[in-house]
Amino acid sequence: MDGAVTRESPLKNGFSSLLTQKLQNNLTILLFLLPAFIFFFVFQVYPILESVYYSLFNWTGFGPATKFIGLNNYQQILADEVFHKALGNALLLIFLSLAIQLPLALALAIMVGRDLPGRAVYRTIFFMPYVVSEVITGIMWLNLFNADPSKGLINAVLTLIPGAQAQAWLGDTRLVFPCLFVVLTWKWFGLHMLLLLAGLQGIPVEVEEAARIDGANTGQLIWNITIPMLRNAIQTTAYLSVLGSIQQFILVWVMTQGGPSSASEMLATYLYRFSFKRFWLGYGSAVALVMLVIALTFSIAYNHFVRTPEYLTNE
Amino acid sequence: MMETHRSASRPWRKVLTRSVQYAVLTGLAFLVVVPVVMLAFSGLKSRGEAFMHPYAPPIPPDWTNVVEILGGSAFWTMLRNSTVVMAAATFGVLVVSSLAAFVFARMTFRRKPIAFNLLMLGLMFPINIAILPVYLLIRQLDLTNHLAAVILVQIAFNISGNIMILRSFFATVPFELQDASAIDGCTTFDFYWRILLPIARPALSAVAALTMIISWNDLLVPLVMIDEETLWTLPLGTMQFQGQYGMDFAKISAFTALTILPTILFYLLAERQIVAGMASGAVKG
Repeated sequence: MDGAVTRESPLKNGFSSLLTQKLQNNLTILLFLLPAFIFFFVFQVYPILESVYYSLFNWTGFGPATKFIGLNNYQQILADEVFHKALGNALLLIFLSLAIQLPLALALAIMVGRDLPGRAVYRTIFFMPYVVSEVITGIMWLNLFNADPSKGLINAVLTLIPGAQAQAWLGDTRLVFPCLFVVLTWKWFGLHMLLLLAGLQGIPVEVEEAARIDGANTGQLIWNITIPMLRNAIQTTAYLSVLGSIQQFILVWVMTQGGPSSASEMLATYLYRFSFKRFWLGYGSAVALVMLVIALTFSIAYNHFVRTPEYLTNE
Repeated sequence: MMETHRSASRPWRKVLTRSVQYAVLTGLAFLVVVPVVMLAFSGLKSRGEAFMHPYAPPIPPDWTNVVEILGGSAFWTMLRNSTVVMAAATFGVLVVSSLAAFVFARMTFRRKPIAFNLLMLGLMFPINIAILPVYLLIRQLDLTNHLAAVILVQIAFNISGNIMILRSFFATVPFELQDASAIDGCTTFDFYWRILLPIARPALSAVAALTMIISWNDLLVPLVMIDEETLWTLPLGTMQFQGQYGMDFAKISAFTALTILPTILFYLLAERQIVAGMASGAVKG
C-alpha cells in the first residue's frame, strides 16, 4: 500500500503542480494586462464609440442629446469652407515639413555626425526646444513677431535693412502661415535631428571607410551610403511629421487662434473652437471622428505601403 | 565627420569643411537660443526699462517682477499642481506600461499578437484629436475640476508608446535568468519585481524622463478639464497670465522665464535619459 502511494504521488503532484503553474501563469498575464486594457477601453475605445453616437445629434451638451439629425453634421463639415481651409493648411504643413524641415534636420544630423568635436553641445542646444512647452514657445514667438519694431525683435532687425518695412507678420493673412511654420520648425527640428542621429549611430563605420577607399567623395558618400542606410529613420520622422501636422494645436491656438480670418486654421483648432468655444458638442464629435479617420487612414496606408513598424511584426 | 584617408592627405580641405560646418552649426545654435535669451532679458527688466530698451541686456538686472511673482502664492500653487500631476502620471505610466510590457516580452499566450496590436492602436489616437470625446467621459464621471482627471487622461494616452519601448528592452534580458530564478523558487511576480525591474533601470528612467516632460508641458488636458484657478498647472497658468497681463511685457516675460527654468534645468540633468528614450522609440518605430 505504502509503496503504491509513493510510486503514484510524484506523478500526481507533478500533474497538479503543472496545472497550478499554468493557472498561475494565466492569472499573472490577466492581472498584468488588466490596467493597460482598462485605460485603453475606458479612455480611448469607449469615448470614440460614444462620439459616434453624439455625432448624429444636434447637441450643445446641456441635458441628453435628443435632436437626432443623422449624418447632417458630417455633411455640414464637408461643406464648410473653414474646414476646407483647415484641411488645406494641414496638407500645406505636411508638404512644408517634408520639403523643408526634414532635409534641414537631415543636413544637421549629418553635419553633427558621429565624431565632430563638440557634437554633444550642438545636440543639447538643438534638442532644447523640444522640452520647452508649446505655451512658452508660443509666448516667446508672439513677442518676437510683434508688429511694432520697438517691441518685436524680428521687425527691429528687419527695419535695420535700408528700404525694408516692418511687417504685421501674424496679423497678415499671407504671412501668418509661414511665420507659424518657422516657429514649428524651431520647436520640432531638433527632435527629427535626434531621431536621424540615432539612425546614424547604426551605420557601421566600415561601410563608409570602404566607400572612401573605393574613391567616393563626401557628396557621393552621403547620397549613396548614408541616406539609403538612414531609410528607416527618415521614414519614421516623415511619419511623425505627417501625424504631427494633422493634429497641430497648442502653438497655433496660443499664437493666432487660427486667424486672421482662418488663414492659420488647423484641424485641431477647428475642433477646439466648435467643441469648447461654441459648445456644439455633436458637431465637435463629428469633427473629431473625421480627424480620426484621416489619421487612421494615413497610418494604415503607411503601414501597408511604406513600412510596417518593427514592433508590429516580430511576434 | 566622415573624413578619412582621402582628406587626410589634404589637410587644408579638412580644415575648410570643418570651419564651414562649425559656422553653420553655431549660427543655427544662435537662432535656437535667441528666443529664450530674449525672454530671460525681458524678465529681468522693469516695465519702463523693457519699454525703453527692449533688446538690451538687463544690466543691472531688475528683480522686482521676479520677486513679486515668487512672493505671491499663485506661482507656487501652480508649481505644486504641476508637480503633483507629473509625479502621479509618471508613476502611473511606469506601473501600467511595465506590467503590460513584461507580459508581451516574457510570456506566451495564444492571443498575444492581437492583444498587443490592439494596445498599439492607442498610438494612432492622439489626445489632440480625442480631447472632446475624452472630455465628455470625464464630465460623466464627474471628474472635471479634479487633478485626477488630468492624471488619468495623461496616463491613458501615454501607455501605448511606452509599452512598446519597454517591451523591446525587457526582451533583451536573457531567458536563462528567468529559468534560473524559477528554479530558485521565484514566482513570475518575484522575477518581474526583484530581477527584471532593477535590470531595466536605464529603460525605466528613459520612459520616466520623457513622460515627465510630456506631462509637465501639457496644456490641452488641463485647459479643457480644469476651470478652478487653484488647480491650474504651470502651462495653463502661464497662458492665463499672458491674457491677464497682456500689456505688461516685462512681467509676462518674468513669469514665463520662471516657468521655463525648471524644464531647462531638468533637461540638462536628464538629457541622457531623454535622448535614450526618444532614440529607442524611433528605432523601433
